[in-house]
Amino acid sequence: MTPLEKVEGRAIPLGLKNVDTDVIIPAHWLKTTSREGMGRGAFESLRADPDNLFDRPENKGAPILIAGDNFGCGSSREHAAWALGDLGIRVVIAPSYSDIFSGNAVKNGILPVVLPQAAVDRLIEVAATDPIQVDLDTQTVTTPFQDRFTFEIDPFRKMCLLGGLDEISLTEKSGGAIDAYEAKLAAERPWLQPALTE
Amino acid sequence: MTRPRTLYEKIWDAHVVEQRPDGTCLIFIDRHLVHEVTSPQAFAGLRASGRTVRRPDLTLAVPDHNLPTTARRDAAGNRLPIADPESAAQLAALEKNAPEYGIRYIDAVAPEQGIVHVVGPEQGFSLPGTTIVCGDSHTACHGGIGALAFGIGTSEVEHVLATQTLLLQPAKTMEVRVDGDVGPGVSAKDIILHITGVIGAAGGTGHVIEYTGSAIRGLSIEGRLTVSNMAIEGGARAGLIAPDDVTFAYLKGRPYAPKGADWEAAVAYWRSLATDPGASYDKTVVIDAADIAPSVTWGTSPEDVVPITGIVPDPASFADPSKQAAAAKSLAYMGLEPGTRMQDVAIENIFIGSCTNSRIEDMRAAAAVIKGRKKADNVRWAIVVPGSGLVKAQAEAEGLDRIFIDAGLEWREPGCSACLAMNPDKVPAGERCASTSNRNFVGRQGPGSRTHLVSPAMAAAAAVTGKLTDVRELMG
Ligand code: SF4
Repeated sequence: MTPLEKVEGRAIPLGLKNVDTDVIIPAHWLKTTSREGMGRGAFESLRADPDNLFDRPENKGAPILIAGDNFGCGSSREHAAWALGDLGIRVVIAPSYSDIFSGNAVKNGILPVVLPQAAVDRLIEVAATDPIQVDLDTQTVTTPFQDRFTFEIDPFRKMCLLGGLDEISLTEKSGGAIDAYEAKLAAERPWLQPALTE
Repeated sequence: MTRPRTLYEKIWDAHVVEQRPDGTCLIFIDRHLVHEVTSPQAFAGLRASGRTVRRPDLTLAVPDHNLPTTARRDAAGNRLPIADPESAAQLAALEKNAPEYGIRYIDAVAPEQGIVHVVGPEQGFSLPGTTIVCGDSHTACHGGIGALAFGIGTSEVEHVLATQTLLLQPAKTMEVRVDGDVGPGVSAKDIILHITGVIGAAGGTGHVIEYTGSAIRGLSIEGRLTVSNMAIEGGARAGLIAPDDVTFAYLKGRPYAPKGADWEAAVAYWRSLATDPGASYDKTVVIDAADIAPSVTWGTSPEDVVPITGIVPDPASFADPSKQAAAAKSLAYMGLEPGTRMQDVAIENIFIGSCTNSRIEDMRAAAAVIKGRKKADNVRWAIVVPGSGLVKAQAEAEGLDRIFIDAGLEWREPGCSACLAMNPDKVPAGERCASTSNRNFVGRQGPGSRTHLVSPAMAAAAAVTGKLTDVRELMG
């Protein structure tokens, strides 16, 4: 995973509320067995409009997306994060996210920034003409007009994003604790073992 | 004395392997359900890193999303090929990956095959008090038997395969209490549609919802699974309903459920899980069951719910400006005018199925309305898709298939079907579908499809009248 610290550039001012994962990547794009190339299907229904925000020349390769409340709601498909990543998005800014989406985003090196609606509205205004800067280390979003918004992020997620860390390797360090838990479980709740085992 | 705890807190506490200083916990996963769509990249990841599956014995794989629901064998009993090459590739990947990693696999033509969330409880693989994950957001469904169950993405599928754990932040707790009794014609689906309308599609964000109250207690396991299935449509991480005698009676004797002395020990443990008197939730919403009518959605978010006796709302009637904009957009997509009576909306397609409503009780409820009636002429396509091979066999033993077929509906093989546009069952652009599934999102049932979420009885009523209909008018 590519570490993420500072991202600066164009932000796509989508602004819509309740953008669900079917909108981010429609179901017919899920029929793959690999992770690459999903960007082509990203926001397909919105991009059917020739004047859509995503395909405007100035927004090509924009690293930031600004959205409304409850971004990424709906299906748990991680393809949504892969599609955003493949599109070049490294940061999403919105007032709230679905839990599953924000988890998937972080696992794929995408930072979900939570800011109040008023701050999001201001950033949408700025994004129409100017770039936006996001600094994960200092947890701030700034604009060329001296706007400065700070955001909260779970420290573990921050560490993973800053270091580009793979979660499985981190968990494997706790292998001993998992062994101990399994032993305790087998003693205390032996009936948890599925009854039919081959 | 220990602090009184909620059902959620008890299950959570019993699964903490390790707690990090920031409160994040490594949580043990008791059951992992795997299907063909969200797993290929996870297995590919395992292979690339040379990892194995830590607990194949706690993992169960079954194909469902991509499978066509038409006949799976020809007259000679040979398996028919899957026409769509991408679907075939995903299905073939699961069929190869499961045995390679020692995972139990129910194949496409096995009698137990079905939608993963129907199969889990039906096989007794899903149990109360367990943690259950699956790479599908409707995993919340298993909360209906009192399991802490949630959907995960493919990276997490890989993480669980490799470590049998997940790194999670504790959720907040929310109680949704439905007091009183529901009226005739009001099903579990109407209860959860109504709840979603009240709390909103983001109302449960960050929370695990426990459904309580007499209207919930009075539901069968099928009904409870329907309610918990849609917890995610209210934004919640998971849904929960405390296990009780109804739950135990449902699970007893199922293939993977504990047996003999193990069963007694398990039931004793499950009884201890109910929320303690005096435990508090972060949030409580109280709903009067008497307020719940047979319900229907008008828009493209599951929160867009009205009673069937209601009208399409005017976007201007919403206080929140962004909801006004979303509603206007929804109505344009749905081809509806504000003020239209829901009962005047004509329907061309009917889908009775999905992990929300494809269990035996759903089949019975739909058949009871259809019986002795015929599909309306303007209904172009009407399919009934049982949730599993076992539901199908049971329904056929009761003669329900004949009722549907005689009325002009199609009786299909089990699978996700028209719940999502991944297999051949799709709703054409611009056409409406009265659907018993859980999502009315833009394009969910096919590009341009217009979905109205309803209960099985309401879908059956629409099938015979050709428009959205108050099922109470058809009840004798
Ligand atoms: S029926 Fe629909 S919601 Fe349920 S598992 Fe299948 S696709 Fe997901």
